[in-house]
Amino acid sequence: MKKRNVCAVAMAGAMCLSLLAGCGGESGDTADNAFKIGVIGPLTGDNAIYGNAVKYGAQIAVDEINALGGDIQLALKSEDDVAAADTSVNAYNTLKDWGMQVLVGPTTSGSSIAVASEANADRMFMLTPSGSSADITEGKDNVFQVCFTDPNQGTAAADYISENMPDSKIAIIYQNDIDYSQGIRNTFAAEAKEKGLEIVSEGTFTADTATDFSVQLTAAQAAGADLLFLPIYYQEASVILNQAKTMGFAPTVFGVDGMDGILTLPGFDTSLAEGVMLLTPFSADAEDEKTQNFVSEYKERYGEVPNQFAADAYDAVYIVYEGLKAAGCTADMSYEDICEALVGQITTMTFDGLTGADMTWTATGEVSKAPMAVVIENGTYVLP
Amino acid sequence: MKNLLKKKTTRTDFLTYLGVIVAFVIMFALQQADMLKNSTQGMLVPVCCFVVMAVSLNLTVGILGELSLGHAGFMSVGAFSGIIAAMSLEQSIPSDLARLIIAIVVGAICAAIAGFIVGVPVLRLQGDYLAIVTLAFGEIIKELINCLIVGYDENGLHVMFNLSGKLSVENLNMTENGVAIIKGAQGAVGVDKLATFPMGFVLVMLCLVIVLNLVRSRTGRAILSIRDNRIAAESVGINVTKYRLMAFVISAAMAGSAGALFGLNYSTLSSTRFDFNTSILVLVYVVLGGLGNIWGSIIAAVVLYVLPEALREFNDYRMLVYAIVLILVMLATNNDQFKAMLGRILPKRRKGAAANG
Repeated sequence: MKKRNVCAVAMAGAMCLSLLAGCGGESGDTADNAFKIGVIGPLTGDNAIYGNAVKYGAQIAVDEINALGGDIQLALKSEDDVAAADTSVNAYNTLKDWGMQVLVGPTTSGSSIAVASEANADRMFMLTPSGSSADITEGKDNVFQVCFTDPNQGTAAADYISENMPDSKIAIIYQNDIDYSQGIRNTFAAEAKEKGLEIVSEGTFTADTATDFSVQLTAAQAAGADLLFLPIYYQEASVILNQAKTMGFAPTVFGVDGMDGILTLPGFDTSLAEGVMLLTPFSADAEDEKTQNFVSEYKERYGEVPNQFAADAYDAVYIVYEGLKAAGCTADMSYEDICEALVGQITTMTFDGLTGADMTWTATGEVSKAPMAVVIENGTYVLP
Repeated sequence: MKNLLKKKTTRTDFLTYLGVIVAFVIMFALQQADMLKNSTQGMLVPVCCFVVMAVSLNLTVGILGELSLGHAGFMSVGAFSGIIAAMSLEQSIPSDLARLIIAIVVGAICAAIAGFIVGVPVLRLQGDYLAIVTLAFGEIIKELINCLIVGYDENGLHVMFNLSGKLSVENLNMTENGVAIIKGAQGAVGVDKLATFPMGFVLVMLCLVIVLNLVRSRTGRAILSIRDNRIAAESVGINVTKYRLMAFVISAAMAGSAGALFGLNYSTLSSTRFDFNTSILVLVYVVLGGLGNIWGSIIAAVVLYVLPEALREFNDYRMLVYAIVLILVMLATNNDQFKAMLGRILPKRRKGAAANG
C-alpha cells in the first residue's frame, strides 16, 4: 500500500518535471550580440518590494540604453531568490546557464554575501545595487556596491544628528536578527558615543515579534526620548509609527535607507509618516532632469513612485554600461574577460547618477558618495 | 546470496542502495565531464543534505511513530557547530577533506547531545509531547544562535552570548589574527566552502546503512513494536524509553551531520534559515514519500527540492505552482482510478490494485 503511494508520487513528480522540461528553452528575449545582464532579488515573499523595485529600475535603464541604439545593447533577466542565501546561489547558477555576463545583484545583504563568493570564484563581475553589508565586498576584488555600506550609514546618521540635533535624547529600536539593522545600530552607537550623543533607551525585536512594539515604545517614552532612531525596514517602522501615535508618543523619527518605501506601502496612512527624517541617497522629488525622467517613466510603467532600490538598480545598469563602453568590451567576450575589464574601469571612473554625484569606487568595492537627509512632508520627501 | 534476495525487505533495501549509487555515478560522471547545467550542479550538495534530513526524520516520524516539528533545529545545531569546528581548525589541519569529515562528525555529536537533552524528559511521556517540545526547541535554537558570537584566534575559541543585543564581534577581544566565525544575527560569514558532492553521497549512503540496518535489526523490531502498540511492547519486557530515545538520538545526529554539510556549502549561513518552515518542509518530504518508507523519502526529497528551481519558468507564480503540484500529488496518490491506471501501466502491481480496488 505504502509503496504504491510512493511510486505514484514519483510518477507524478516525473510527469510534472517532463511537462516543465517542455516549457524550457523559450525563455530569453535576447537579441544577438547583446550583453547579458542578470538581476537577482526577492521578487516574491516578504521583501518583494525591494526585489521588484530593483528589477523594474534595471529594466528602465536597459530599455533606455537599448533605445540609444549604440554598439552596446543589453539583455536583462531577473531571477527570484526570496531573500534566502541558498536560493540566491541557485538563482545565480540559473542565470549562468542563461549565459549571464555581468551580475547586477543580489538585492539583499545575506544573499549578496553568499553569491559574492561564488562570483569571486567564477570571476563574474558583480555589482550589487542594494546589498549593504561590508562583508559582501571584503576580500573580493570583483564585487562592488552602489549603495552605502551599513557601517557608513550608522556613522552618517550619528554625524547628522550630532550636527543638527546635538541635544536630543535618543531611543533606538532595532531588529537584532538581521544583519542590516544590527550592523547600523552597532556603528551608530559607537559613533554616537564618540560625538557625545545621549542614547537613553534601546529596544530590540526579531522577525517573529515584529507585530507589537508597545514594550519598546513605552520604555523609550519613559526614558524621556525625543528622537527615535529606527535603523529598520519600513514594514516594521509603519507598525511602530502607528503604535507610537496611539500611545500619544511623538518623538522625531529618524530612519535610514530601509525606511525608504514606507510611503508606497499598501494600506499605510501616510499622515503617520509626516515629519519622519531619513537618510537616503535618492529622493523622487529631486529637481534635476535625470531624476524627473526616471520617476515619470517608472510611474507610467509600474504605477508607483520609485524608491531608492529602483534608483540604485538604475544606476547600477548605467555604471555597467559606462564601464563596458569605456573598456571597449564586445558582447562576444567571455564573462571572465569582461570582469577583468570592468574591474579596471570601475576603480578609475567617476559616475554621476540618481543616487549621488561623483561616485567613485575603491579597490575594496565600497562606493564613496555623499549621504542626503530628507524629511517627509505632505507625503513626499523634501530637503530639510 | 540468492536466498537472501528472496526476502522482499532485503530486496527493497538493496534496490535502494543500488538506486542511490547509480544516481550518484551518473551525476558524478556528468559533473566530471562538465555536462551538467550550473543550476543542477549547484543543487547536488543541498539535495544530498535534504535527502539525509528526510531519511533521518522518517526514522522519527515513520519508524518511531513520534511527530517532530523541530528537525531544522538539529540541522541548525549541526551546521553551526560544524562551521565552528571547520573554521577553527583551519590552521592546524590544512586538508579540506579532513576538516569536512571532522565538521560532520562534530555536527552529528552536538546534534545528538541536543537530541538527548530534548528526548530524555519527553520520550518518557505518552502522547504528542515530542511534537510540542521539538517545536519549541527549533525556535529556541534559532534565537540562541541569533545571540551567539564566536571568534577564533591563536589563544583559542572565544564564545559570547549577546543577550542584551549590545555586544558585537569587537567585544570578543580577539588578537589581530582573530577570525570572526559567527557574528550574532548575521550568522556565520566567510565560511570556507568545503562541502563536495561525493561527500554528500557518502553521507547519504552512511545514513541509509544505519537506518535500514537498524530497522531490520532486533532493536528496530523493538522500535516498530513500540510504534504499533506500546502496551504490548512493554508487556514483553521492552524498555520503551530506551528504544525511543535511541531512535530519536540517532535521528538527531543524522540531521546534525546533514546540517554541517549544508552549512559548509555556502559562504554565509544565518540561523533564520532553519526556521519552522524548514522543519515542515522536511516533514512534507517524509509524508509525501510515505511514512516509514525510506526510498520514498529519498525520491520525495530530491523531487521536491528540485521542483521550485525547475519551476523558475513560471516567474512570480512558481511557489503557487509548487503548492498546486503538492496538492495534486496528494490527491493523485489517494485516487483509486489513478491507482488502477498505474496498475495497468505496471503489470506487477495489478494484483495489489485489484485486491485494493
